[in-house]
Amino acid sequence: MKHYAYYPGCSLHATAADYDVSARAVMNHLDISYSELDDWNCCGATALASDSYLFSLLAPARNLAMAGGDKGDMVVACNACYVAEKRALKAFKEGGEWSKRITEGLLRIDKEIDDDVEVLHLLQVLVNEVGLEEIENKAVRNLEGLKLAPYYGCQYSRPETEGIHPESPMDLERLLEVTGAEVLDFNRKTRCCGSSLMSTKEEHALRLCGEILKEADYRDADAIVVTCPLCQLNLDAFQPRVNGLLGSDYRIPILFFTQVVGLALGLDPKALGIGKQLTSCSGFLEKYRKGA
Amino acid sequence: MTHKTRVVRQEDLDPGFFDFFTSLPGGEQILSCIQCGTCSGSCPFANDMDHTPRSIIAMMRAGMVEDVLNSTTPYYCASCYSCAARCPRDINITEVMYLLKNISQVKGKYGSFYSIFGALTRRYGRMFEGELTLRAMLKTDPLKLPGFTPLGIRMFLKGKLKPLPSLIAGRGELQRLYDYAQEAGSVGREVGS
Amino acid sequence: MPANRIGVYVCHCGTNIAGTVDCEAVRDFAAKLPGVVVSRDYKYMCSEPGQEIIKKDIREENLDGVVVASCSPRMHEPTFQKAVAQAGLNSYMMEMANIREQCSWVTEDMDEATEKAKDLVASAVAKVRMNAPLEATYNDITPRALVVGGGVAGIEAALRIADSGYEVVLVEKEASIGGKMAKFDKTFPTLDCAACILTPKMVEVAQHPNIKLMTYSEVEKVDGFVGNFEVTIRQKARDVDLEDCTGCGICSEKCPGKAASEFDEGLSQRGAIYIPFAQAIPNVAVIDRENCLYYNGKAKCQVCAKLCPSDAITFDNEDVLVKETFGAIVVATGFQSFRPEEGNQWGFGKYPDVISGLQFERLTNASGPTDGKVKTSKGEVPKAVAIVHCVGSRDANHAEYCSRICCMASLKFAHLVKEKCKDAEVFEFYIDMRAFGKGYEEFYNRIQEEGVHFIRGKSAEVSCQIEDEGERLVLRGEDTLLGVVREIPVDMVILNTALLPQADAPKVAETFGLQQGEDGFFMELHAKLAPTKTPVDGVFLAGTCQAPRDIPDSVAHAGGAASEAQQLIASGKVKMSPVAAYNEEEKCSGCKICIALCPYDAIEFDEDKGVAVFNQALCKGCGTCVASCPTKAAGIKHFEDEQIFAQIEGVCASS
Repeated sequence: MKHYAYYPGCSLHATAADYDVSARAVMNHLDISYSELDDWNCCGATALASDSYLFSLLAPARNLAMAGGDKGDMVVACNACYVAEKRALKAFKEGGEWSKRITEGLLRIDKEIDDDVEVLHLLQVLVNEVGLEEIENKAVRNLEGLKLAPYYGCQYSRPETEGIHPESPMDLERLLEVTGAEVLDFNRKTRCCGSSLMSTKEEHALRLCGEILKEADYRDADAIVVTCPLCQLNLDAFQPRVNGLLGSDYRIPILFFTQVVGLALGLDPKALGIGKQLTSCSGFLEKYRKGA
Repeated sequence: MTHKTRVVRQEDLDPGFFDFFTSLPGGEQILSCIQCGTCSGSCPFANDMDHTPRSIIAMMRAGMVEDVLNSTTPYYCASCYSCAARCPRDINITEVMYLLKNISQVKGKYGSFYSIFGALTRRYGRMFEGELTLRAMLKTDPLKLPGFTPLGIRMFLKGKLKPLPSLIAGRGELQRLYDYAQEAGSVGREVGS
Repeated sequence: MPANRIGVYVCHCGTNIAGTVDCEAVRDFAAKLPGVVVSRDYKYMCSEPGQEIIKKDIREENLDGVVVASCSPRMHEPTFQKAVAQAGLNSYMMEMANIREQCSWVTEDMDEATEKAKDLVASAVAKVRMNAPLEATYNDITPRALVVGGGVAGIEAALRIADSGYEVVLVEKEASIGGKMAKFDKTFPTLDCAACILTPKMVEVAQHPNIKLMTYSEVEKVDGFVGNFEVTIRQKARDVDLEDCTGCGICSEKCPGKAASEFDEGLSQRGAIYIPFAQAIPNVAVIDRENCLYYNGKAKCQVCAKLCPSDAITFDNEDVLVKETFGAIVVATGFQSFRPEEGNQWGFGKYPDVISGLQFERLTNASGPTDGKVKTSKGEVPKAVAIVHCVGSRDANHAEYCSRICCMASLKFAHLVKEKCKDAEVFEFYIDMRAFGKGYEEFYNRIQEEGVHFIRGKSAEVSCQIEDEGERLVLRGEDTLLGVVREIPVDMVILNTALLPQADAPKVAETFGLQQGEDGFFMELHAKLAPTKTPVDGVFLAGTCQAPRDIPDSVAHAGGAASEAQQLIASGKVKMSPVAAYNEEEKCSGCKICIALCPYDAIEFDEDKGVAVFNQALCKGCGTCVASCPTKAAGIKHFEDEQIFAQIEGVCASS
């Protein structure tokens, strides 16, 4: 039985607490063996690299050093953590200048990275390691009738994730199909939501979110299903501001994939943090309940 | 759309900058660029940049230090990696943008979000989103604050905003890593002097 | 008896050698070596006067061995072998020391280079002392050529060889010859109709008394060697008699089995029994067993056989294996087009109006699925068309090389759209405009004058924009000359996709003993001087199977390959190198290790005698068998143990 070092990341302890709650609920229900990585630090996301390049490799490296071995591979739920940790691991594994400095830096704090440690996204764990068959077996509620737009954002499949096309990953679609829901052919599934530039370049980021919401609306999506807390924040919390800027009237629930899978597994919506969204999910839940 | 033309003389250019940048690990990639423009065409924020990503690389190769280090382009990079995924010469333009932000001459003006992020990471060990947003907004555009208050309140009520930061035991380790990074020479030198 | 009147000749090769090696010092060093009676240096040993120096010494000094310290034997071994033979010395009493590619060209240190040159010369001298004169043998050449592939290159090669009076067998994998060119509409820069210029050649092939055409056939195995290749050809079962079928097409019309037409690049359907295209040669139907209802077991069907007015159709025929012998082989197996993968940035495969260059050729072709009209998937005439260069080419993610023809093809497409779609705007996205050939730049100029919008910037992505009326294709790319990003709504996007090696290139390479370069295309013998030859004697390359090229270049290249084949056959006899392995049968223990290891399949086992038998014609002299033989029964002329040890001792002596 494989054990994982669960790395929630800063957002899951705050703005995306419902993601953490639903992720744990799903992992528990699927009997995934995990424990939260002890004393983990912020991975730096994409911000540290813009401030101090080497430190942006060292901070996530500390987490890598604490994972691995019998702690297990690192499992992350946030796309940005996924990119940051993989970036540090790649730099470390490549040998060369940055690798040397990572090793040297970690020595200062008496740590070193286990050569075999891997970084996995929770979506990958569900699809590849637990397997779709297992999830289908454990599913008790059919989400037929619900139209879901799968949205990965940028950093699940880019810059490179092994075995996955950078612009057309299919893991989320395959997972959602197992729930019985109608998975929409969503062209903008890996288009940028604006990421942290929602803070620094708000108007432009709002327009990018607008494009995503527009297509979801056009395709009659009941919800956009995401794999990243920042995408969720931008599309959900800032949805009213998108409407304000574009003069639109979108009211599309933005849910984490763990919440949708949790519903299919028969878990209580409240226990999955559904209802904590700023865009109302009541319409979605109504449809879900009717579907029984 | 107005276009300023000007003459660039060899003495205006700094070939040292080109050598410096291409000597950084990862920086030498820009030598292979064929200026196809795929990066710019893929970039979700290219419309707002003063120079497109491709143009930045061309200017770097020419040694146009002032233009590059004063450009706001790197601060429009959302790290979506679309450019890096599609570049036909396999250049990781996102990383190039990170390197430029480290040596930018306008980092004081545009990079406050990142420097605050870095400071908070070292202080607490984990990101305290409330303080980050507040500080960044106060530094860049305090007048936006009142407009965001309703959103902030809604988020707080939904339990999405923590009032206090979470501290980790290993904060000191992060500070030591940062000190090492400063010593080991992260990125940076006196440019254009 | 060791040679003991040796002449050593140290070449300067201009400054190629003399710039790094002290040639005078090497000359003086060599003069003192045992067996050396004369030692000279000269600026260009391979030149006429240079060779004359050697010949003069052979005659006047009675030399019985020669060492030329110069470039690689790959450059000039034949030159110096001929020179010494002309002066009356056996060619194999000449050794070369490579003091250029392996010495002066790999270091800048003069001391190091000179020392190494001395070692190499000492080694060569030691070896030549142990050499024995050898005589080449000659084999007759079968005066027939095999051409593999019936595209324009294969057709050209077959016709040239056949016209010079030799028999040719042209083997084509598909049911008809014609290749990719048969699909094109117009050709650049003259806008000649492709079919109009190709079909007469195709007919010529069919009717040529010296050409035996084998379509729907593949080369299965090649045995033998230059001058006498024994080739096994598999004639696949067509199920339609070549003589009886009149090409009337009734079978195809009535066939209930359907499949996507390969000739129309998937834009139309064909029957399971079908004639490849209107001008097919042979104009005979073929059954695609995969999609045939009878063969699938889905139905009894056989409607085609029932309706055929000539009774040409029978079922359950077997493939036939045919064995033929040839003196020379020309490989002209062509290329395949890059197919962007699922999820690609241009929406190919996702949006029906994003099409490939070959698909567009079928649209504009009068014999195509739309009778030559350019229409979108909705059946409308497009108002805006984008043409994209470098899809898959010049791309680290797919093919790193440039596919050479796409810039010109793009210009051609732009012209055709302008011609067929009234008032359509055409946007051509390019990185560079490679209009290198005769009349090409002028063609570019002409297209500019037709009002095509040229945007310098690789189109980054095609997406669908949601508008009130529905979805619209939008092309986004940077206009690098203007320095702005452009978003252009279009009705159709034509992708100029890369030319790739054929999917079965590895298998073809193995069959013919060819090498594939890093780009996957078959490797020529010398990139500059021998583009049609291969390292395999008697096997030549024609057309795009060696590298991307356009029609005039393919025809020229094929002419070159044909000339090589003609030259070989005309020479009547092929020289077999005496540097070959032999087996001392008394010492052979019959262990068969050498047979398993021989890379050229040149060794067989004689069951009666219980010994290995070496085919000197196939042997390339690689020495693997010699090295592996446990009883030292195997030996190799010109590289016997004593000779190799002498080389080693020669190198070590000075150090």
